[in-house]
Amino acid sequence: MVAIDRRTVLKTAGGAGLAALLAACSGGKGASSGDQGSGKGEIRALFMKQAAYTEADVTKMTAAFTAANPEIKVTPEFVAYEALHDKIVAAGPAGTYDVVLIDVIWPAEFGSKKMITDVTGQWAPEWKTEMLAGAIETAQYDQKLYGVPWIMDSKYLFLNEAHLSLAHANPQWLDTWDGVLKTARRLKEAGVVKYPLIWSWQQAEALVCDYAQLLGAMGGKFLDESGKAAFNAGGGVQALEFMRQTIVDGLTNPASTQSLEADVQRVFQAGQASLVLNWTYMYGAANDAKQSKVAGKVQVAQTPKGSVGRPGVNGGMALCVTAGSKNQAAAFKYISHLTSQPEQEKYALSSLPVWTTSYDEPAVVQTNPKVVPQAKKQLDDLILRPQAKNYNAISQVLQAELQNALLGRKPAQQALDDAADKANSLLQS
Amino acid sequence: MRPERVRGEGRFALFLLLPAAIVVFGVVLYPVVRTLLMSFYDVDSAMPGSYPFAGLGNYAKAFQDPSFYPVLGHTAYFTIVSTVAELVLGMGVALLLNAPLRFKWLWRSLVVLPWALPTIVNGALWRWIDNGQYGVLNQLLGTEIQWLGSPFLALNMVIVADVWKNTSIVAFFLLAGLQTIPAEIREAAVMDGASTWRTFWSVVVPLLKPSIAVVLVLRTIEAFKVFDIVYVMTGGGPASGTQTVAFYTYLQAFSNQLFGYGSALAYLIVIAVGALAMFYLRLLRQNQMAGV
Repeated sequence: MVAIDRRTVLKTAGGAGLAALLAACSGGKGASSGDQGSGKGEIRALFMKQAAYTEADVTKMTAAFTAANPEIKVTPEFVAYEALHDKIVAAGPAGTYDVVLIDVIWPAEFGSKKMITDVTGQWAPEWKTEMLAGAIETAQYDQKLYGVPWIMDSKYLFLNEAHLSLAHANPQWLDTWDGVLKTARRLKEAGVVKYPLIWSWQQAEALVCDYAQLLGAMGGKFLDESGKAAFNAGGGVQALEFMRQTIVDGLTNPASTQSLEADVQRVFQAGQASLVLNWTYMYGAANDAKQSKVAGKVQVAQTPKGSVGRPGVNGGMALCVTAGSKNQAAAFKYISHLTSQPEQEKYALSSLPVWTTSYDEPAVVQTNPKVVPQAKKQLDDLILRPQAKNYNAISQVLQAELQNALLGRKPAQQALDDAADKANSLLQS
Repeated sequence: MRPERVRGEGRFALFLLLPAAIVVFGVVLYPVVRTLLMSFYDVDSAMPGSYPFAGLGNYAKAFQDPSFYPVLGHTAYFTIVSTVAELVLGMGVALLLNAPLRFKWLWRSLVVLPWALPTIVNGALWRWIDNGQYGVLNQLLGTEIQWLGSPFLALNMVIVADVWKNTSIVAFFLLAGLQTIPAEIREAAVMDGASTWRTFWSVVVPLLKPSIAVVLVLRTIEAFKVFDIVYVMTGGGPASGTQTVAFYTYLQAFSNQLFGYGSALAYLIVIAVGALAMFYLRLLRQNQMAGV
C-alpha cells in the first residue's frame, strides 16, 4: 500500500487553498466584455416556458430565421418565468446567452448594471411610431432602449357566462369594479359558486400586478413626481381596502393569497370561480374542452373601471442582446426577426403583437376575434410599475405588506405606510 | 530515505487523486474563498468590476436589517421543531423496523421512499396536498383550512413536509445503531424485571447515543440551511412568514443582486452551522469519554 504522509497532504491542501485565494482575488473576469462578432456563427437565446409564445412557436420562428440566415445557428432555451430573472443574472458574467427575454420591470436593473446592451441606435426610426407606446416602455430606461418589445400583455377580466346567467346577473355590470362586487354578491347569494372571485395574490410579482390594476383604476400612483413612494395615499389605499374587503365579505376565495395565475386558471376552468383577472393566454386555455370544464362559456372583457379609469397593468416583455454576447450582431438580427410585424402576426393566437396596425389586420383579428378588440382598447391604457434599479427589492417589501393587509394582520393604511417607508429607503440607496 | 519505487508510487497516487482535487478546487474551494472575499465588498451586480471595499459592513448590515431577525426566528423554529420531530418519529420507525416482522424488506423499502424523492418533487407534492381549494388534506379531513394561508400555519406545514421526507433517513441511521446492540443485553434487562419503557430508556437509548448524535448533527445542519422546500411550497410567503435565512440570502444575492450582502449572509450561515457542529461533536466526545 502506498503511504502518503501528512506533510504531503498538508502541502497539497495548503497549495490548493492558496491557489483558490489567488484565483478568487483575480476577480473572475468571465466573458462579460461582449463583441459585435461577425454576424455569423452560433447564438444562444433564453425564453420563458409559460404564457405568450409557446416553445413550439419559438422553435418554428427560429427555424424560419435560420432558413433565411443559414450562417447563424440558434439554440433556444426555456425556463419558467419565476426562474428567468435569476438565470439571466447567474449567466451574465459568463456571457452564456446572447439573447434574453426580460420583463417590463427589469430594464432599469439590467440596463444600469450593464448586463444588456443599449440598442437605441439600432432601432429603425419608424418603430417608435409604429409600436404601441406601452410596448416601447418594456425596453426603455433612462431615455435609452435596451431591447426590442416582443410580448404585449395586460390583465383582462374573464367571466363565466353560464354562471352569470344562472344568477340573473347582467354582464354589463362588469364595466366597473363596483359592478363586479354587485355581480359577485349576486352569484354568491344565488349559490352558483361559494367564492365568485379568485386572484393571484401569492407573495409574488403576480400580486403587485393585480394591485397595480386596481390602484390605477382608483387613481393611485406608485411614485410621485419626486420619485418617492405614493401608493400609501388615495387610490393606493382604496385599492388594498377593496381587495381585503372582498375576502372579508366572502366574495374572494381565501386560497387567493397562495395562488399564482396558473392556480387562478385551474380554479376558473374547474367552474369554481366566476370572475377572474388573468393574462390573455387564459382565454384560449379556458375555452379548450380538453383542459377546461367551462369551455364555450368563457368571455373576456376589458379590466373594469374604477373611480378614475381602467388602466391595465403593463405586462410586456422585450428581447435584449446581452452585454457578454460575443456575437451581438447576429443576436440583434435574430431579435429583429422575432419581433418583426409579419412574424408576430403569424403567432397572434399565442401572443398579441406589439405593432399598432396589427390590431386592425383581419388576419390577426380572426385568430382571436373576442380578445383582439378588447386588447386594442386595453393596450392603449396601461399602468407601469416603478422603473427602479432595485425594483425587485421594492416589490418584495410591497408584496409582504400587501399580504399583511390581505390576511388582516395590519390595516391597509398601516401596511402601505410601512411598505412606503421601506421603499423610500430602497429608492434612495 | 524512501526507495525510488515507493516515491514513484506516491507520485502516481497523487496523480490519481488529481481529477478529484480539480473538482474539489473548482466547485468547493474557489467558490468558498471567492464568496468570503466578496462579503467584504459592496458588490451590487453579477457582472465583474471593481466594487468599494466594505470591510465588515455587510456583516453589520445583517444585524441592522429589521427583516433579518424574523427570518432568523423562522429558521431557528424550523430547525428545532423539524429535527426533534424527525428524531422522535425516526426512532419509532427504527424500532418497528428492528422488530421481528414479516416482509421486513418490504417495509424497509416503503420507508425509504420519501427520502428517495427529490426535495423539489416533495415540495410540489405537499403544495398540492395542502392546497386549500383542491388539496387532498382538506378532502381527507372534511375541512376547509387554508393550510398555507397564514404565516405560522404555513411554516408548520413546511415542517410537516420536511419531516415526512427526512424521517426515513433518521430511521435508517438509528436502525443501523439498533442492530449493533446485542439482543442479550435487552434480554438481560427483561430478565431483571425491567419494563419495556425502562429497557428502552435505560438500555437502548444510552447505547444509541453515538447514532443519535450523528443524526442530530446532520439533520440540524441540513435544517438550518433549508431553502428548496420553502422555495417550492410557499415562495417565502404568506407575508414572509416562511422565509428562512438561506431563502433570504438567495433573495438578496440573486433577486436583488446584492452579492456582497448575500455573501456575508451565506458566511453567517456557515458560522452558525459550524458552531452547531462543534457543539454537537464536543457533546459526542464528552459522552464517549464518559464511556456512555
